[in-house]
Amino acid sequence: MSIWLTLILGLLAIAAGGWLFRFAGQKITGDAPRFRDMPYGVAFGYVFGAVIVVWLAWAYWLSRSADPAVANKYFFLGKAIEGLILFAIAAWLFRLLGRSVGTEGTKKLFRSMPLTASFGILMILIYAFVAIFAGALAPFGQEEVLAQANVVPGGDPAMGGNPDYPLGTDQIGRDILSRLIYGAQNTVGIAFITTCLAFFIGGTLGFLAATLQGWLDQVLSRAVDVLMAIPSLIFALLLMTIASAWAGSEKWLLTVYMVIIIAVIDSTRVFRLARAVGLNIVVMDYIEAAKLRGEGLGYLIFKEILPNATAPLLAEFGLRFCFVFLTIASLSFLGVGIQPPLADWGTMVRDLAQFINFAVFAPQVASAPLLAAGAIALLTVAVNFVVDWMLHKSSGLKE
Amino acid sequence: MSDLLLKVRGLKIEGRSEETWNQIVNGVDLDLNKGEVLGLIGESGAGKSTVGLATMGFTRDGCRISAGSVEFDGIDLVNASAKVKRGLLGKRIAYVAQSAAASFNPAHRLIDQHSEGPVQHGVMSRSDSEADGIELYRKLRLPNPEQIGFRYPHQVSGGQLQRAMTAMAMSCRPDLIIFDEPTTALDVTTQIEVLASIRQIVEEYDTAAIYITHDLAVVAQMADKIKVLLKGDEVEEADTRTMLSDPKEDYTKSLWAVRSFKRPQKPAVNTGATPVVSVQNVTAAYGTQPVLFDVSFDIHEARTVAVVGESGSGKSTTARCITGLLPPKQGHIEFDGQALPLDYRKRNKDQLRQAQMIYQMADTALNPRKTIGELIGRPVQFYLGLSGKEKRRRVEELLDQIELEPSQYINRLPSELSGGQKQRIGIARALAAEPKFIICDEVTSALDQLVAEGILKLLARLQDDLGLSYMFITHDLATVRSIADEVVVMKDGRVVEQGPKTEMFQPPHHAYTDLLLSSVPEMDPDWLTNLLNERGVDNIGDAAVDKMT
Amino acid sequence: MTSILRIIAQRLLLGILTLFVVSIVIFTAVNMLPGDFAQLILGQGATPEAVEAIRKDLGLDQPPITRYFQWLASALQGDLGNSFAQANFASFVGADGSTNMASVAAQIAPRFENTLFLAGVTALIAVPFSLFLGILAALYRNSIFDRATNILTLSSISSPEFFLAYILILFLAVLNPILPSLSNIYADMPFDERLTRTLLPALTLTLVVTAHMMRMTRAAIINLLASPYIEMARLKGISPMRVIVKHALPNALAPIINVVALNLAYLITGVVVVEVVFVYPGIGQLFVDSVKIRDIPVVQACCLIFATAYILLNLTADILSIISNPRLRHPK
Repeated sequence: MSIWLTLILGLLAIAAGGWLFRFAGQKITGDAPRFRDMPYGVAFGYVFGAVIVVWLAWAYWLSRSADPAVANKYFFLGKAIEGLILFAIAAWLFRLLGRSVGTEGTKKLFRSMPLTASFGILMILIYAFVAIFAGALAPFGQEEVLAQANVVPGGDPAMGGNPDYPLGTDQIGRDILSRLIYGAQNTVGIAFITTCLAFFIGGTLGFLAATLQGWLDQVLSRAVDVLMAIPSLIFALLLMTIASAWAGSEKWLLTVYMVIIIAVIDSTRVFRLARAVGLNIVVMDYIEAAKLRGEGLGYLIFKEILPNATAPLLAEFGLRFCFVFLTIASLSFLGVGIQPPLADWGTMVRDLAQFINFAVFAPQVASAPLLAAGAIALLTVAVNFVVDWMLHKSSGLKE
Repeated sequence: MSDLLLKVRGLKIEGRSEETWNQIVNGVDLDLNKGEVLGLIGESGAGKSTVGLATMGFTRDGCRISAGSVEFDGIDLVNASAKVKRGLLGKRIAYVAQSAAASFNPAHRLIDQHSEGPVQHGVMSRSDSEADGIELYRKLRLPNPEQIGFRYPHQVSGGQLQRAMTAMAMSCRPDLIIFDEPTTALDVTTQIEVLASIRQIVEEYDTAAIYITHDLAVVAQMADKIKVLLKGDEVEEADTRTMLSDPKEDYTKSLWAVRSFKRPQKPAVNTGATPVVSVQNVTAAYGTQPVLFDVSFDIHEARTVAVVGESGSGKSTTARCITGLLPPKQGHIEFDGQALPLDYRKRNKDQLRQAQMIYQMADTALNPRKTIGELIGRPVQFYLGLSGKEKRRRVEELLDQIELEPSQYINRLPSELSGGQKQRIGIARALAAEPKFIICDEVTSALDQLVAEGILKLLARLQDDLGLSYMFITHDLATVRSIADEVVVMKDGRVVEQGPKTEMFQPPHHAYTDLLLSSVPEMDPDWLTNLLNERGVDNIGDAAVDKMT
Repeated sequence: MTSILRIIAQRLLLGILTLFVVSIVIFTAVNMLPGDFAQLILGQGATPEAVEAIRKDLGLDQPPITRYFQWLASALQGDLGNSFAQANFASFVGADGSTNMASVAAQIAPRFENTLFLAGVTALIAVPFSLFLGILAALYRNSIFDRATNILTLSSISSPEFFLAYILILFLAVLNPILPSLSNIYADMPFDERLTRTLLPALTLTLVVTAHMMRMTRAAIINLLASPYIEMARLKGISPMRVIVKHALPNALAPIINVVALNLAYLITGVVVVEVVFVYPGIGQLFVDSVKIRDIPVVQACCLIFATAYILLNLTADILSIISNPRLRHPK
């Protein structure tokens, strides 16, 4: 219970600090409007933020301590802080690069870009690079069975590791680092294909429904309502059960089924958006003008509606990709997604999860499962940052 | 000068767009004495609302006062603490917003919102304030003053809400009220009773007021003196009568001159001539909801028929029937003596080409992703089969016709044009089809008056050059006066009266036409007073409409 | 009042109809299995006689429509059929299949209770916390606080549940042994023990749900604060606190209810992965296990339960937001 007591006392101290901070500010600046009109909550927030920053700095200092017990305990926090600073610097440099290289249009884009978005773009580029050149980057093949099986990650021979296999090998002796790199190709690639398929199905039907309306719209919308009434991961799991029976021992077939199942489930969400966007455009007077001119359906959809729908659709593509990517990762983590021998991050997390218990005495070992899970998180975070920026940009000055 | 209530000096306001601050008000001075009414006029973007709010020491999010002072009764509002300002707002300075429907909280009854201010400021007890509210409602001639306060905002009509909001502003008997375009969203017949009520109550309690509007005729009725703003700059200020009779600056003169544009009356149409468009006994409905009843009128060659009515009168629905978007349930539409298929999908290309349409909102009528060349070029290619150089030449010709320099505009996107220019592109697109007949649906109502006048003149010139026939849908009788040959007055889906303009603007009228005509404010500052003397307070606005039906 | 009752009745009816159609979809999906259940249960090596016996026993010789209504009728009475896993075992030991098969309902009931407990604990932490943060972020929008929470919540939404789960395990169970990393709870465990063991999965779910809920609350409140009537209230000289409590909150109710219900519905999906990570004996874990061994009746039943909960939550949100809308409560 002492931990709760510490927490409560800490909060009380910060609360008092907030009051003190505002009071001191008022006295020192002679009642400047900034301090005079400052609500107590804001003062509390400043002090709270300052305490967290100080604590993080202290934790980082501890992580570099000579005592291994202390250093191990703060190893992960230290690495996280290092990573955060490193990523921030990389994103800042990347934005600087974008501002000075390229056409006038891209330069302008980079000038108004927040750091989070440039971080997102940089990450997406890196992932794309790794996915495309996985074969050249990985030291071994993803299905290559090596001499040593069950090598512990971390590369420390004392712990049962091997410097040749920095992340160790799995139970049948495949190099985990190579599989991590190939995972970019498989996990990201499959998610990308699935999202494209979902967009093709949902987008086409959504725009058709919005343009034609009438019975087609009614039928499709009601069908989508029903499909969306079943939680998507649950529905995917149900269908995967059936698909696994269909696929039998053909593991690759199951992966194909998975792509189709997730694409269909996800296309319902795309349908909703495409239809809504389409309906917003269809009520515009320029569509009425085109209809009254006697234009055909193809012209209406491709020349009048689609060019005006690209921005929201692109943002939605990012969000859908994240969703599909996470669904596939979750399915794989649960053991019914991408099937071996294909390397995949979700499966790897599940297989490596046990090493997390080594954290107290061998933090390098425990990092392995977190690396795979982090690889998933990092990409979705990156995409979400970019999408957030795009949405913010297109909403203009509404906020 | 103990009479001075509000003193504004060198007021500069900045607004944030993207990451930079741009000045939107460039140093405005303002003096207001107790009990005085100042009219603040200007076109859109003049900064008049921003100035109005700043006199309350308030700026909207994304705006800030960068320089200057606002002194209310000796209190510096720019540097006052939030608490001091809160003590003044609502109690000594009150605000009446443009849209009463959006500015009343939908979750509370009117009277609860009315008495909130007095109770919070400690001016009156709740029960006193409620009783006072009912008294104010009675003075503002709201129907059923005892009960109306116990309704929710959505249960009360727009004109009544606007008066209830004026009552709310009065609730603490403030020294100053800011009226921010309080009648802009209302129909003319409703507007007039709101104007009469506001003027009466402001006079009765000797309240100072700033009346913000873009409508000169309205401000002439309300204000003791007028200040004209243009793009954040002050143009001139004078008392109302001087300003109306003898404006000094060119800009003000041009504003005043807008209302003088009138086309010469055309000779009467030959009785035997076949009309270009003939609407015959059209009855239409949205689903099962009937909206048009037995509407008939003719539009002759090179003539303009203005269809006039307030919102919900069915004038736009009539246009939808003619274009075939809403096939009538009964009756038919003839073009050059030939019956048109009722549904636009059944009309052939030539029939579609002959009747074109220009829309109210040029923003939504032009595809924002297409260049001007593509927008105008499409009908040229689609109907006339021109392409390549011929198409481009034709587009350039059309741009010349609408007085826009082709080389400068042909590759631009609609978002790079001003409102008036966009509307011109809409006209060019209609002309590109080489039609005989054009429907103009409120084409000037979204535009500032000077720009609107330019559009009207252009349309008139094109009619003379090309022999076009127009159906001109509008709620603005000033527009009718300047451009129409014949007038059709509509109300509740029926044609109330129709005939040549000269006859329509002369008595005797149908009672509704009479009400409509007399409700349009005129530039004469005594107009409202005279009208009230003539008709009596109970014979204007909704009350008069109700009596008719 | 009559019109609002009519709208609610309509929504209820629509909800029941949706549920009915969903049950058809689930049933049809399961019937798309190749071969038939009997073969699946007994595996490839079974004799035709044994297959036929099981077929009869499970009623598989009936036409699909009959079977659907039988399934639906018994499901409505709480009888969800018998688990294959148990049936398989029963036939393997040579016992009479019909007497020894464990009912799905008996298997699900205690686990369903556990899942509800987990979801309840999560909701109790997440709802107040995220509403508070959301309102705070909306009030101080574009401040450092707002930007920091934006980045944090976006990251938390983007991370897979198992990543958050392992991070929490790492910091709160392994490096600082405050909470147990395994949530093996059982029926008659004392309440505080049960709560302690549920806390880590609940915290994981809280992280995900709070992020969603907070962002949606923030957006709803910002939208609301931009309305002219809030500006009017401020121009009336009302204190900021009163503006929020009297003018914003009554109108924020509908969007906030929606946000809460949507996210509770989201919990239903999130629970699956989290239960697996923490080995929490809930319905989600059972569902995943049954999927792996293709225990169709259990999969079908779990699916139906998840979908029902999902639909009911959305329906509740719908109805509550109708009730909280003054325009509908006080018709013209």
